[in-house]
Amino acid sequence: MMDAVAPTSEAKPDLTAIAADAAGEQAVGRPTVYVYEAPVRICHWVNAVSILVLMVTGYLIGTPLPTVAGEASDNFVMGYIRFAHFAAGQVLAVFFLARILWAFVGNHHSRQIFYIPVHRKQFWKEVLHEIRWYAFLEREPKMYVGHNPLAQTAMFTGFTLFVAFMIVTGFALYSEGTGIDSWQHRLFGWVFAIWPNSQDVHTWHHLGMWALVMFVLVHIYAAIREDIMSRQSIISSMVSGERQFRD
Amino acid sequence: MGAATETFYSVIRRQGITRRSFHKFCSLTATSLGLGPLAASRIANALETKPRVPVIWMHGLECTCCSESFIRSAHPLVKDAVLSMISLDYDDTIMAAAGHQAEAILEETRAKYKGQYVLAVEGNPPLNEGGMFCIDGGKPFVEKLKVMAEDAMAIIAWGACASWGCVQAAKPNPTQATPIDKVITNKPIIKVPGCPPIAEVMTGVVTYITTFGKLPELDRQGRPKMFYSQRIHDKCYRRPHFDAGQFVEEWDDEAARKGYCLYKMGCKGPTTYNACSTVRWNGGVSFPIQSGHGCIGCSEDGFWDKGSFYDRLTNIKQFGIEKNADQIGMAAAGAVGAAVAAHAAVTAVKRLASKREDTKQDH
Repeated sequence: MMDAVAPTSEAKPDLTAIAADAAGEQAVGRPTVYVYEAPVRICHWVNAVSILVLMVTGYLIGTPLPTVAGEASDNFVMGYIRFAHFAAGQVLAVFFLARILWAFVGNHHSRQIFYIPVHRKQFWKEVLHEIRWYAFLEREPKMYVGHNPLAQTAMFTGFTLFVAFMIVTGFALYSEGTGIDSWQHRLFGWVFAIWPNSQDVHTWHHLGMWALVMFVLVHIYAAIREDIMSRQSIISSMVSGERQFRD
Repeated sequence: MGAATETFYSVIRRQGITRRSFHKFCSLTATSLGLGPLAASRIANALETKPRVPVIWMHGLECTCCSESFIRSAHPLVKDAVLSMISLDYDDTIMAAAGHQAEAILEETRAKYKGQYVLAVEGNPPLNEGGMFCIDGGKPFVEKLKVMAEDAMAIIAWGACASWGCVQAAKPNPTQATPIDKVITNKPIIKVPGCPPIAEVMTGVVTYITTFGKLPELDRQGRPKMFYSQRIHDKCYRRPHFDAGQFVEEWDDEAARKGYCLYKMGCKGPTTYNACSTVRWNGGVSFPIQSGHGCIGCSEDGFWDKGSFYDRLTNIKQFGIEKNADQIGMAAAGAVGAAVAAHAAVTAVKRLASKREDTKQDH
């Protein structure tokens, strides 16, 4: 059934004609539309790799590998793990910042993950529709060019807020090593005003990792499922930037 | 002890140093500091006229371990700190006077050195039941503390009790023991946490205040930067084993005998700000990690309420269970994973069912 869909035309999509966005107007007509601009896609995959590295190395910092044999001067296992964690953390932070900047200059889809239009009644109606769709109560999915309203809500809370939290607490913890005079401490030392014992910051940072694990699980599942069930490209869109509608 | 204002000069003379030697000292100090020819007489003048800083040392809810630590200071010797550098006017644990005589000194110092004396507080006031869990001189300690703090120049909060609350403030804190900075909010407070703080850190803080007449530079949490700006972990002599990935896995294993890092045994060095790994204890003889036991984080806020001293990950006590972040995270992630799998299964079944329906309709 899926495979039967003919390749789509290469015609330049007319955005006004499609007019499907978070506001919920249904996408009809044109089969492909350019959604994710190159910087958004680059940020997505760089962040994905960094987060994977951060999760693995972060877990190993909390629960280190078994003791290595030999002289201390011949080994640097924990050192390399921590280096990878800190390096990936800085990469994530830089690309997260770049992503925020792009939200100002990019198309309106690039702004979706940074806010929830809480004041719009229509938005919540569509969220409800999406929840019903996921609860198998709706037979037909709605088509969206960007994120669907439920996905937008999930992206904002599950990704943007959590990653921001991880970056802030991460740099605060990093400042413990770089010292009280470092720019990291000047910028992020206020975290220790909230949790005076940095042990608590470690714990929250650790819980944040597990929250992101949950996000990643749901994110990947939802992407694959929507790719199949909603008759629109999701995964390949993050590579090509084009969203294809198969009906 | 009394409250007579003894100057540094009179202390120096009392210790048997001649006036000639005193002037030699002043000239030498001025020369070595590269000061002008007039400086020597200025230094002499300051030492002759400047009264020693009066200190009132009070005890709230505490165990006196701070005092025990303090009296073992080696650099400077505690006798020099107490008898020469400061004028310890009141310390109910070690003073000779008792009863009304002792309490009278408090009034006298408060009136005579208004805004000039340092109030050192060991322990903290319990606030529950109007403060009746700590009665001192017939009155709740919290009242005495507030009265004496009113006219103090600055307050030193000795130890984890005065700084954070310590064991008497551990959950559920029945007496509502409260750290000093939550009770006194209008005075500069210097926190010297630790259970107890290192003797040399205590006398070091006192020396700084008496020498420069001001508080040392404090960090964001009110601790003197010179002793509390680095973690035990940063200067630990076992740190190379940490970076190498060499850990004690069990008490008394080969790694423990070799002196590997105690990280996996729950050492709190990586989250504890103190000078133990540099200054060490008992005149620099040793410190907990050096004797094979992890740091318990005694100078950190709420260190009694973070689960076992021997666990790497902190226990989280919500929902009435004690689990660490990994256990909670894995359970939650597992639940989400199971939900995702179940949802996928239902999706697949539904899809098959609707496909069949579609094909039926098509026919």
